[in-house]
Amino acid sequence: MAEKPKDVLLKPVFRDNPITLQILGICSALAVTTKLDTALVMSVAVIMVTALSSFAISLIRAWIPNNIRIIVQMTIIASLVILVDQFLKAYFYSLSKELSVFVGLIITNCIVMGRAEGYAMKNGPVMSFFDGLGNGLGYGFILVTVAFFRELLGKGQLLGFDILPTTSNGGWYVPNGLMLLPPSAFFLIGLIIWAIRSKYTEQVGR
Amino acid sequence: MIADERKQTIVVATLLCLVCSVLVSTAAVVLRPRQQENKRLDIQQNILRVAGVFSPDDDVSATDIEREFRQVETALVVLGSDRGGGTEISEQDAEYEQIDLKNFDPRKEVAQGRVTAIPSGQLPQIANRAMFSNVYKIRNADGVLDQIVLPVYGKGLWSTLYGFISLESDGLTIRGITFYEHGETPGLGGEVDNAKWKASWNGKKAFGEIDGRSIKIKVLKGQVNPDRATAPFEVDGLSGATITSNGVTALVQYWLGPHGFGKYLENLRAENESETSDG
Repeated sequence: MAEKPKDVLLKPVFRDNPITLQILGICSALAVTTKLDTALVMSVAVIMVTALSSFAISLIRAWIPNNIRIIVQMTIIASLVILVDQFLKAYFYSLSKELSVFVGLIITNCIVMGRAEGYAMKNGPVMSFFDGLGNGLGYGFILVTVAFFRELLGKGQLLGFDILPTTSNGGWYVPNGLMLLPPSAFFLIGLIIWAIRSKYTEQVGR
Repeated sequence: MIADERKQTIVVATLLCLVCSVLVSTAAVVLRPRQQENKRLDIQQNILRVAGVFSPDDDVSATDIEREFRQVETALVVLGSDRGGGTEISEQDAEYEQIDLKNFDPRKEVAQGRVTAIPSGQLPQIANRAMFSNVYKIRNADGVLDQIVLPVYGKGLWSTLYGFISLESDGLTIRGITFYEHGETPGLGGEVDNAKWKASWNGKKAFGEIDGRSIKIKVLKGQVNPDRATAPFEVDGLSGATITSNGVTALVQYWLGPHGFGKYLENLRAENESETSDG
């Protein structure tokens, strides 16, 4: 029964990915994936928050009274999110400006809550830390993949560098404006889910 | 048993709140000076960029910004046309009226309700504005006024666009425009950040007269036809972003108009003309 840390860490990245398997955390996946750099920063922020909150909650899980456990989890998560937000504002000002409200909204990201309630309340701190890290990485993997295609096809750029010269700047590529609108993230996530479920056929719902 | 549980709940909740609040407030207090510094540098950088001191591709450091911004002269101007409108506030007046000349923040003024309502016929879809505004004067090497940077803002499609517009010392010719804060759709309205589009404002006229009819700068829907007489007053529209384009037109017209900096620019022009005729 005892899982190995490696499995706990790596399974949620691809196979048990929180976005594609549980369809959690979709809203921010739509909002911050128009550009690769914001997606990267958002991923790092979520990885930090899930890993540290799972660790902290697991550490004090024996003392958390059952009737206020959700509030306790929220308080810890919210404090960590504020720390991350303050840190970004101080050291990565221009990116934090672009992410604006979405860093604060990590508090309401179901993945963070889900791991706290579903894993950290029942397992040791070290394993919870790895579980949080893994789920954060899984979220980040989807975010970065989606952002890669959205920025490349929507603006002809990657990380702000021109890859496909667009017609508005005298090149040949006509950017696909749809890619910059939220629905395109749905299409891309749908395609990723399709790919993952073709590989792991046991995930196909009946 | 129940009493025990209750006690535990209260103890855990109190301790947790204490620990978390100490953490959060420490971070806020420790990082605050750095955050404010970032904000100030960001605004100064935008002023220098719109004035063309830095080119759009330049990667500038904090020291570059500090050095260049020392040459910029900041003044506070009374907006509108009545009650001293269009004049700069002197240091004595500022002291008398208890206005902080150095750190005047229009958004704080609006938040605290020291505002003038914007007449409903006016376009930028903002209800009111501060009574004064910062202006930034940039002089050339001989100390002659080269250009003047004015803060502007107004509604686009989703968000309020905050930016700067730079005019030549004639108070008519536009040097540049930039928006340092907005939430328009990336790729569509967000193209207000497009360097090429911003560059297309350079050399346009803010207002003027054609055949006795007064005309104002405008962002078109579609492309500017360079053969038309109105071309110097027109800028290409942002494709797929008509509402943002219209918002930009409205805010530029408003801030350069009589309820905004109009009177101030008029004074500037008069000053300029008398100087040239003297010389």
